[in-house]
Amino acid sequence: MIWAWILGFIFLIIKLSIIMIVLLTVAAYLVWVERKLLGRMQARFGPNRAGWFGLLQPLVDLVKLITKEDTVPEGASKGLFLLAPGVVALMALLIFAVIPFGKGFTLRGRPIPLVITDLNIGVIYFLALSSLSVYGIVLGGWASNSKYSLLGGIRGAAQMISYEIALGLSLVPVVMLARSFSLVEITNAQRNYPFILVQPVSFLLFFIAAVAEIKRIPFDLPEAENELGAGYHTEYSGMRFGLFFLGEYINMIVLGSLVTVFFLGGWHGPVLPPLLWFLIKVWVIVFILIWMRATFPRIRYDQLMNMGWKALIPVALLNIIVTGAVILGWS
Amino acid sequence: MEGIRGLAKGLITTLKILFRKPVTEQYPEYKRPLPARARGVIILTRDPDGEERCVACYLCSAVCPVSCISMQSAERADGRRYPRWFRINFARCIYCGFCEEACPTLAIQLTPDFETSRRDILKLVYEKEDLLVNHGGKNKEYNFYRHAGVTMVGDKGTHINEDKPVNVKSNMP
Repeated sequence: MIWAWILGFIFLIIKLSIIMIVLLTVAAYLVWVERKLLGRMQARFGPNRAGWFGLLQPLVDLVKLITKEDTVPEGASKGLFLLAPGVVALMALLIFAVIPFGKGFTLRGRPIPLVITDLNIGVIYFLALSSLSVYGIVLGGWASNSKYSLLGGIRGAAQMISYEIALGLSLVPVVMLARSFSLVEITNAQRNYPFILVQPVSFLLFFIAAVAEIKRIPFDLPEAENELGAGYHTEYSGMRFGLFFLGEYINMIVLGSLVTVFFLGGWHGPVLPPLLWFLIKVWVIVFILIWMRATFPRIRYDQLMNMGWKALIPVALLNIIVTGAVILGWS
Repeated sequence: MEGIRGLAKGLITTLKILFRKPVTEQYPEYKRPLPARARGVIILTRDPDGEERCVACYLCSAVCPVSCISMQSAERADGRRYPRWFRINFARCIYCGFCEEACPTLAIQLTPDFETSRRDILKLVYEKEDLLVNHGGKNKEYNFYRHAGVTMVGDKGTHINEDKPVNVKSNMP
């Protein structure tokens, strides 16, 4: 009994480390992919100096970030200032714990599910963590003792709180269809067809709200380079700045995974192995995110608020009512 | 609807460009041939006889907006002037080309070579030996002393494009 428990614990640790390493590496190379794609979309080459096709660029960037001086601005609230980037990166990493990324397999009669934990309130866990990551931004902005950072932090708070509502509401129809808050159950409910076919409105709402949630263009107001320097991470240097970016890129992967799980049928798919299906779907979403970054301008602050409160939330509420009515009618 | 069409148009444009060849010129591997009059490193040229063209008139030094040119004039035994030393601080030079315009003898000229970066800033201070070249630059045939009225080469009125001297006392209309 105790041995089984210890064995299970060891398996968990191994699984955790593999996922952690893969996630961090993918996030690092996502920077390269993004820069390369952005470059090509602007008729440039993108990074191509460090190594073959610039493939060593993430490593070189890492060395540069680590060897840079870690400065704390004068008058900053030191503890919070040092803590904030960690919050952002940690929350992004933690969300991945509930995402099922493949069909489990059996090793020596022991089932190994390809998900870290099948939490029965996975959707709520994800919403809670994405709310918590606002703290990283607000605290980072406030603790920097700089007006640009503060403005970025305030914008971040306002934007993420507004879009959180639409984000949560857009997931309600999915939960209604799957009859479960667990992401594993939601994936299994899409065995026959992905939810995007029955919930296209919900998909659009979730996608827009989630892009705003991870602060990507066209919703990158908290870090608007043109008007705020770099927003909440203006004062950060070295690896702390890197952590903010790491968090942002992990968030991109997490968003891709969540869209896949909620609307694109998770790892379900014909012919190809489940893990590959999952990766393909995630990368399609990530590609769309990069594509949007290369194309769209940043929207104005009042437009952002109008869209969140006057468009997304009413449409999401209406969508819930219609979905509820249809489900009630079917049964 | 209008808005969605606008967004889609932008997305299609970027997608099209994604599959296009980048327009970037990869600099150290490919060096774009520059026009002959491109303004880069400054040289001091020689006339067709192999003499220095510079007559140390200080006009380039005077016109230089960043005062990066300095020299010391001297005179040869036959009366021809030359700079004893001539120094250009390329760390300061802005490659405006005013010196070239001011030069009456076409001695100082800018070349298309622009690769001047050095590890040590003092290596960017070029002395006369570094600046002097063995050719005539952009105008190889020009020789100031054959054009202008300087008695050391020939008498008055014997130079290229020069009229005979007139007798001012009998110059009646």
